[in-house]
Amino acid sequence: MAVDLVALGESQSHEETKRIMQICNACRYCEGYCAVFPAMERRRSFDEGDTAFLANLCHNCGACYHACQYAPPHEFAVNVPQTLAERRVQSYADYAWPRAAGHLFERNGLFVSIAISLALGVAVGLMLMLINPSLFWGIHLGEGAFYVIMPHTIMAGIPLTITAYVLVAFCVGLRRYWHHTGASWRGMPALKDAFAAMASLRYLGGDNAGGSPGCPSADDKASNRRKYYHHATFYGFMMCFASTSLGTLYHYLLGREAPYGYFEAPVLLGTIGGIVLCIGTAGLWVEKRRMDKRVLALKTLGMDYAFIWLLFWVSATGLILLALRETSFMGLTLAIHLGLVYGFFLILPFSKFVHGIYRFAALLADAGEKQHVK
Amino acid sequence: MNTKLKALFSQSWDVVVVGAGNAGLCAAITAAEAGCRVLVVEAAPQDMRGGNTRHTRNLRAMHDAPTDVLTETYPFEEYFDDLMRVTKGVTNKELAKLTLEKSAMLTQWLSSRGVRFQQALSGTLNLGRTNAFFLGGGRSLLNQLCNYATDLGVSFIYDTKIEKLLIEQGFCVGATVAGEETTLQAKQFIITAGGFEANLDWLAEGWGAAAKNFLVRGTPYNTGGMLKSLLDNGAQVVGELDQCHAVAIDARAPKYDGGIASRIDGVPFSLVVNRNAERFYDEGEDFWPKRYAIWGRLVAAQPEQVAYAILDSAGVKRFMPSVFTPIQSESIEGLAAQLDLCPQTLRATVTAFNAACPEGPIDQSILDGKATSGLVPEKTNWSAPVSAPPFYGFPLRPGITFTYMGVSVNERAEILFDDGKAGANLFAAGEIMAGNILGQGYLAGIGMTIGGVFGIIAGEQAAKRVNDKGIR
Repeated sequence: MAVDLVALGESQSHEETKRIMQICNACRYCEGYCAVFPAMERRRSFDEGDTAFLANLCHNCGACYHACQYAPPHEFAVNVPQTLAERRVQSYADYAWPRAAGHLFERNGLFVSIAISLALGVAVGLMLMLINPSLFWGIHLGEGAFYVIMPHTIMAGIPLTITAYVLVAFCVGLRRYWHHTGASWRGMPALKDAFAAMASLRYLGGDNAGGSPGCPSADDKASNRRKYYHHATFYGFMMCFASTSLGTLYHYLLGREAPYGYFEAPVLLGTIGGIVLCIGTAGLWVEKRRMDKRVLALKTLGMDYAFIWLLFWVSATGLILLALRETSFMGLTLAIHLGLVYGFFLILPFSKFVHGIYRFAALLADAGEKQHVK
Repeated sequence: MNTKLKALFSQSWDVVVVGAGNAGLCAAITAAEAGCRVLVVEAAPQDMRGGNTRHTRNLRAMHDAPTDVLTETYPFEEYFDDLMRVTKGVTNKELAKLTLEKSAMLTQWLSSRGVRFQQALSGTLNLGRTNAFFLGGGRSLLNQLCNYATDLGVSFIYDTKIEKLLIEQGFCVGATVAGEETTLQAKQFIITAGGFEANLDWLAEGWGAAAKNFLVRGTPYNTGGMLKSLLDNGAQVVGELDQCHAVAIDARAPKYDGGIASRIDGVPFSLVVNRNAERFYDEGEDFWPKRYAIWGRLVAAQPEQVAYAILDSAGVKRFMPSVFTPIQSESIEGLAAQLDLCPQTLRATVTAFNAACPEGPIDQSILDGKATSGLVPEKTNWSAPVSAPPFYGFPLRPGITFTYMGVSVNERAEILFDDGKAGANLFAAGEIMAGNILGQGYLAGIGMTIGGVFGIIAGEQAAKRVNDKGIR
């Protein structure tokens, strides 16, 4: 009989998480670090939903590994951050929609490169097909300049179509996660608390009581760099998202076509957001490379790097487009930028992006549990 | 000898500290801050460094007002009374007073060197008032102190065991390393190498054959080599050979290094029997934090140094889960068979216990006075029948954390010799001299306090000698 490797992997990452949590729950020295340990203390046993929930609360910072009296070479061989990272990526695969696509998480780096190449090819190909080369390499100025290269209906239509499927995938995944982890909705105060925890990265500071001494990076020395770079990534991304949304409003409500002036709101938001996003993702890349290899999970690395890399280039090509939009390279830069954006959207449900969704759901459940216990 | 070792050994150090636990690091940092060139020699590899500090979580500190890490107040008098109570007066009162007084500055001293504490949480093990908790526990404190010391210029060498101290009339001229010819030289030596709890042969000199059945909760690296070397050279001994901090832990725990997770908190809600399936002590004498420290000795006194905590499905939910899943059966006889106890005797013990239990539910939040009637020994609180299957059993063994016998020191942390004189350049701090203050009994967190206070004193005194150039 063939061995189902997915099911085997699942039970292994769950079983190892369960084994470790039973040791941690009898020790509890790490209860001051993050949300994982207090949530663990509210449980006496750990089913698959529990381990998935705890895994999605973990930031893989490594503070608990360096503090652990049971870390290897101790015979208990406790490695919470690595084990939870493996359990986490397994949970992404389990809740993915369509379910068969969950396998994509296993070879995420490869998948991302193929998806991006395809999207890039399609974007460039479409433009060349739709227009003649002289237009593609031409200089276009003023309102509607971008749409000489690619009609707005197609430029916006592609991501809208992708977004529809992305949203369905997210909703189904979230629903599966919520049911499987046995989470319950406990009202607005919990939602507020979860938002506050997300917006401030409360549990990536090394002290869940409010201080922020930092988490380890290259060695056991604490630093807040990863938190700041993540903030830059998150808020940079949000500004870019706001810029795109505002552009859409300009287009349909004000009837004004892109490109907009350098000092108009959509461009300002996009420029600042793009620069911040580049700094954030580059910083996260460096921090990831510096991290103690012992706390990382090989399984998740491809996904982590691929996502950071893609986000950086989506942002960087946007900035390059801004710089070159009044030159004959506008067509090419636009094609590359759009290709990367389409690729980004395409892989969204099978990329590291889902960590935000499941982490937020975990924070929401956690906030509810905390209030319920009080 | 590898080149790094050779380079370190060929230098002339102001201060050599033996042992990289809490006491050693406090001493090394203090001496380095006073300008000394300091080398710390640690027997364990880097990942396992720091002796029993790895397994600690808090220190006990007096305070006359709430601080950021301690609630309410814990005045000197109360601390002193607590110490007198647990040691039954077996303590050097002068050194005890010194320790308690200096404990007041300890959390601040550590904080200002980057050690993080958990914010004062009322209710953490009911110790938030008297004890300050390290964020992440003792290993996290070690990491920070090692980083801090390294930044100050302190050198560390791991996986290197000092074999003998070369002492001539109270003056240490050097130290030898196992298998090496070169001796390590320094102006001052601070010995913070812990006790001998991982040396079962030495323990057997005090405990007899029973020692072979002990589990060592603490580090396997505390084999007492430095203590032996000091005693062989005429250092004054303090404390009794069989005095130690020992608790009852799960018999399935590792032989060494099991630490906190090996403990069992269920005794107050259990019926505890020995190898003969008979009870031997009042399980409900007091709250567990006030009683756990005597159960190591109680179990050690039973045949084959083993005992079994027996609970039913209601009792097992009354305490923190433990690292090992309890042994489970639908019947008392079945449980007895699995635990290799006589089923008829265990049944008889449980039946007699259940018949002696009072009516009504127990209240574990207070000393509820629900005592058995007519039973010997009596269970004085929380007596509830063991009657709702499934039944659970935890095998227990004595788990030794640290030993109390050590070397005598004075208020300057100088090691005292049999002629009554203080060593010329020899200091001790931590477990190796804790017996001066803790002659018997145990007070949670006081080991770290003694280590911190005497580590700092030893560092100050050693640096003073170096800076005064008054070596001989």
